[in-house]
Amino acid sequence: MLPAPQQAHAAASRPVFPFTAIVGQEELRLALLLCAVDPMIGGVLALGDRGTGKSTAVRALAQLLPEMPVILGDPYNSEPGPDTPPERIGRMRVPVVDLPLGASEDRVVGALDLERALTRGEKAFEPGLLARAHRGFLYIDEVNLLEDHLVDLLLDVAASGENLVEREGISLRHPARFVLVGSGNPEEGELRPQLLDRFGLAVEVRTPTDLAARIEVVKRRDAFERDPYAFLRRYRRAEERQRAALLRARAWLPRVVVPDQVLEDASRLCLALGTDGLRGELTLVRAARALAALEGQRRVGREQLRRMALPALRHRLRRNPLDDASSSSRVERAVAETLPL
Amino acid sequence: MTPGPAHLLAVDPAGLGGVVLRAPFGPERDAWLAALRAMMPAGAPWRRIPPDLPDNRLFGGLDLAATLAHGRPVAEAGVLASVDGGLLVVAMAERMSAATAARIAAVLDRQEVAVEREGLRLHAPARFGLVLLDEGIAPDEAPPAALLERVAFRAMPDRHPPEVVQTAAARARLPRVRLPPRMLEALTGAAAELGVDSPRAVLFALRAARAAAALAGRRVVAEEDAALACRLVLAVRATRRPAAGQEAEPEPPPPPPEPAEAESEEEESAPPPPSPEQLTELLVAAAAAHLPPDLLEAVPPRSLAARQGGGRAGAARRHASIGRPIGARPGLPRGEHRLALLETLRAAAPWQVLRPRPPQRLIALRPEDFRIRCFKRRNETTSIFAVDASGSAALHRLAEAKGAVELLLADCYVRRDRVALIAFRGRGAELLLPPTHALARAKRCLAALPGGGATPLAAGLAAALDLACAEERQGRAPLVVVMTDGRANIARDGSAGAARAQEDALEAARALRLARIPAILIDTAPRPQPLARALAEAADALYLPMPAADAARLSRAVGAAARQLESG
Repeated sequence: MLPAPQQAHAAASRPVFPFTAIVGQEELRLALLLCAVDPMIGGVLALGDRGTGKSTAVRALAQLLPEMPVILGDPYNSEPGPDTPPERIGRMRVPVVDLPLGASEDRVVGALDLERALTRGEKAFEPGLLARAHRGFLYIDEVNLLEDHLVDLLLDVAASGENLVEREGISLRHPARFVLVGSGNPEEGELRPQLLDRFGLAVEVRTPTDLAARIEVVKRRDAFERDPYAFLRRYRRAEERQRAALLRARAWLPRVVVPDQVLEDASRLCLALGTDGLRGELTLVRAARALAALEGQRRVGREQLRRMALPALRHRLRRNPLDDASSSSRVERAVAETLPL
Repeated sequence: MTPGPAHLLAVDPAGLGGVVLRAPFGPERDAWLAALRAMMPAGAPWRRIPPDLPDNRLFGGLDLAATLAHGRPVAEAGVLASVDGGLLVVAMAERMSAATAARIAAVLDRQEVAVEREGLRLHAPARFGLVLLDEGIAPDEAPPAALLERVAFRAMPDRHPPEVVQTAAARARLPRVRLPPRMLEALTGAAAELGVDSPRAVLFALRAARAAAALAGRRVVAEEDAALACRLVLAVRATRRPAAGQEAEPEPPPPPPEPAEAESEEEESAPPPPSPEQLTELLVAAAAAHLPPDLLEAVPPRSLAARQGGGRAGAARRHASIGRPIGARPGLPRGEHRLALLETLRAAAPWQVLRPRPPQRLIALRPEDFRIRCFKRRNETTSIFAVDASGSAALHRLAEAKGAVELLLADCYVRRDRVALIAFRGRGAELLLPPTHALARAKRCLAALPGGGATPLAAGLAAALDLACAEERQGRAPLVVVMTDGRANIARDGSAGAARAQEDALEAARALRLARIPAILIDTAPRPQPLARALAEAADALYLPMPAADAARLSRAVGAAARQLESG
């Protein structure tokens, strides 16, 4: 039905480090995969040191995903509809858009197209980063250092899936559904609790402490930089397997059953932890369901719930901002108490 | 000749990322740069930029003047694309904003410039190295952490500039230089020993070792290349003294000479390769020998090293596009400045009858018509706590003072203020916590603060003043909160004696007033002290005696002062 795929964008840019070649970082990789299976989970917040390959992992995941059909020349990466003429359908790689620190609001939401306003006297909209991230990933490094008002705006758009622009005499809305991935080092500044809570999953990223793992990290990275194409060839099979597993999980997801018992367990756990609102339970159940789909399970069990409790809940505990008792250990304790195996 | 950063960088500028030159402006630095430049390939670009170039100059964008003149969009190439294959010299790099640094870092990572805005789409290769000229004086004045991460070397030019050598042959040899796996393992191990966590640093060490081998005419990286790389790349990033290097451990016994293994590539009849573990020890020992004895004291603890520059990032100094709009002013709408369309048209309107109108355009605009939006941004406040931890204070109520500061910290959290903590006791003042948003750390710092010793009040006030001025230069509003009983007994120069000490303390307090730094003095003595009151008056500070001030009142007072700062 689709015509011969055309490159919508010049995607022949530099090779990307393969997802399956990443050493360690199991928690981050799993969280990203789950968000790719079910974008409704609501994004990932990765907290940890610099240079641990957080952005590599995001880019690698996008590379893993199959190219998506788009309308050629459409700035919003729109999905072709039934009435799109076939010659206007192209394909593009799932976008990963970086939000640079210090980006202005105009860059993010879009603004009046200056050039057209000046040279042709037309009032036209120049889409921003949110439009480019539609159907892909929006990656914010050092999200904890981002200006508060920008963060509010991003979270609002991420939650509604729509960007509403009202400025400089322009009034329009366009879809902007993306998986928000934030990273940061909590030592450098903290995130407001309201903001923490809006990320679906939170994972902690550390430099591997084990020497063998560190050597492996350096070895692969060095091999990749010396000869990226040979390196990619080595991992092609593994990448294909991972891609197939991901696509299977996506197809399988709607059929995964969530028994009432699991819902009850999730609620009991959240009650025990005193998380605000229902977002904790919802994310926990969604993540557990995506995990079941990824592992080819027919129904969600306590096992999946236990495994997802930490990333889904550790950032939702109400706590005194000056209290530095580890929330991870609180979640672990609550899991052991309320959801024994 | 032992190769240094300049030689290796000239061999592999893009791969090694660059160098930080920490030195004041002067002939030593110039000579260093001249030597580096002489070793770069002929015709390699070399551009020097100020720390905060607007985006369209850095990355390229729309050339407004040309666009208007031609009536069609004219692109302007950015500096980053123009230094492809060469070096970019950043003057006063310690003043670069974290935002600019983050964007340059992204280009370094991707090695290409991609601009998609203002209706333009530019893609250009940008493989280059950075030379960051760091003229910082204070230890926490440093180029942004995002860039420090991405350059291999740190150098301090001295009177002997690097010797200029031929590098062309080394560059040609570089792609074929082989690095034996055991070297990779040894360098990774050395990094772990020295407490260097970032895998990026290890990758730089590998490349430096390859460059050193290429420079020496070798096709396989030898131990001395690895040792050099370890010293130049890893030792300067060390966050801890290697465990083994310090103990009087005998040198690893030189492995007994065996006939060289059948590794055909190693042509020199090489000594048998030591195991990676032995090699690691050798490398670490070599690096440790070059660690100046006081270096590790100067190395901030790990979390601090990570924070430097980064912590400053959240508060970009002055945003052209953030805050409450307060009108328009003439200026070109480039970079972060946004066009004020109506005002621009209004400015152009009166001239329309006089100006020839180009075909197919409704109005004739000239660059001087442009108006851009102005914004006023709420100033961020930094509360600087200067806490007297001397014996007299400890005796009285250091614990209560700590309690009060904790309450104030909770307030700061609500207001999203930054806090810094200075403690003074014994001989001098110490910056326990540089300005940060991480209030949990402030609390930990405070809890761990020991009491006892003399009262160097003057030093404490002077440290607070210095920090306050530094914050003000960064565009933030400082507020100094001094907690003391006012009984100074150590003078500014460190000598004992109450009279001199009081005199110096008053002097330091007057300096606070002269600098117009808002201050609050909390008297921690059991009974209000005339000394403390006099100090408060000299500093023009709000005076709050602790006995009367319960924690709630303290917090209200500081809150009110902070609000005044914001509105002012």
